[in-house]
Amino acid sequence: MIRLEGLTRSFGDLHVLRGFDLEVATGETVAVIGRSGEGKSVLLKHVAGLLQPDSGEVWIGDEQVTGADRERVRRLRLSMGYVFQSSALFDSMTVAENVRLALRRHGTPAAEIEERARESLETVGLGGWEGRYPAELSGGMRKRAGVARAVAPRPTYLLYDEPTSGLDPVTTSMIDELVLQLKEDLRATSIVVTHDMRSACRVADRIALLREGRVSWLGTPEEIEHTDDAAVKAFVEGRRDLWPDD
Amino acid sequence: MAAVAGRTAGFAVDVLRATSEFRTWWPQLATQARRIGVDSVPIAMFIALFTGVVLALQSSYAFTGAVPLYFVGTLVGKTIILELGPVLTGLVLAGRVGANIAAEIGTMRVTEQVDALEMLAYDPLAYLAVPRVTAGLITFPIVVAFAVGMGIVAGWITSTGLLDLSSQEFVRGLRMFYRPFDLRYALIKSASFGVVVTSVGCLFGYTTSGGAEGVGRATTRAVVVACMVILVLDAFWAVVLL
Repeated sequence: MIRLEGLTRSFGDLHVLRGFDLEVATGETVAVIGRSGEGKSVLLKHVAGLLQPDSGEVWIGDEQVTGADRERVRRLRLSMGYVFQSSALFDSMTVAENVRLALRRHGTPAAEIEERARESLETVGLGGWEGRYPAELSGGMRKRAGVARAVAPRPTYLLYDEPTSGLDPVTTSMIDELVLQLKEDLRATSIVVTHDMRSACRVADRIALLREGRVSWLGTPEEIEHTDDAAVKAFVEGRRDLWPDD
Repeated sequence: MAAVAGRTAGFAVDVLRATSEFRTWWPQLATQARRIGVDSVPIAMFIALFTGVVLALQSSYAFTGAVPLYFVGTLVGKTIILELGPVLTGLVLAGRVGANIAAEIGTMRVTEQVDALEMLAYDPLAYLAVPRVTAGLITFPIVVAFAVGMGIVAGWITSTGLLDLSSQEFVRGLRMFYRPFDLRYALIKSASFGVVVTSVGCLFGYTTSGGAEGVGRATTRAVVVACMVILVLDAFWAVVLL
């Protein structure tokens, strides 16, 4: 379970999170949608302990991330996988070395590392690309390599930061299927941050709209189609004129 | 200024603490020692070669008629060992090594690779800073030793080839005021320069923000600050040890 309680965070005069509450049940996938610049990535970094909130609490299972010492946060991260928006692959390493680095830290026996790295890359459709460097891959392949690195240690919690942004519809669909497959295989508790409505409806059990620093709407993909919430409708239909602020 | 000092002190403490993550930094050490030390030997030798030549010629020019010519050996040896070997090498490596480290880690910071290291449960300082600073501490004195050797050999060849000085006279001058402490002094200075260049590069790289422009800014600052600290440290060691 992931629980966020009353998270607030400001950068100077910019109040990004203003009391964000969300609970993600064990094994559940929640997509957090919202306009660009609303603070979706900032939110995810708080869950991972990469940023500390001004106030509020982040709980991963029974452990509190906020205020935890460095060692405890690092131990918690051993149970997390994080897919970065920019992939964040180590560009001085091959794709396989990126995955192996993750496995080594998670205490995978040396004899298994090679096999597990190969398996993970095959799962994301990158079998045969093990020896390539990130600079030699397309954007979609880098995203998939980032997913392979995040899921190779079989984490309990998965955090996806815009996993389909900047990708063509076919690759987007491939990534969505991958997220669904990993949900099935790992039974991980996941948060997917995205502004891609189709993707959110495909992969998520519930969808939360982040607006003005808090959850302004929360419901299932089915509910989102029949809601009267103006912001959600504007988001779903891609209509700026319906957006409450405009 | 106080904020910068505080940030630097905090960073130094964090790096020291990260040395306990032996299994993270130890495997990186050989690679960093090669990149920081071995790969720096050619440029250090090149600079020392011409420094030795110029020192021999300039000292003979200054001594003509007033001081016995074998003092060329004394001046070349003392100057190269005590000052020019360590300081010139340190300044050049501030550009070569310090800029490289700041740009590399800075790029990793702005492309979220440092965050990725954290998410893989590594301590980024143990992975990035400790092996580089340790490699600087170990390899700078070795690079400087090579440079000192090259500078003296260049001075000797210049003296025997271009000046009216025999090898025996040059060596006589070289040995006249030499003390084993001179070499220890040079190596202590070099080790401290190694720590400064690498840790300043790591500090500015690690705290980079603002994309490509930020990386450029961090790189420039790393070189400028490392050069300034080297000169301050040079004076410090002279006051403390001489």
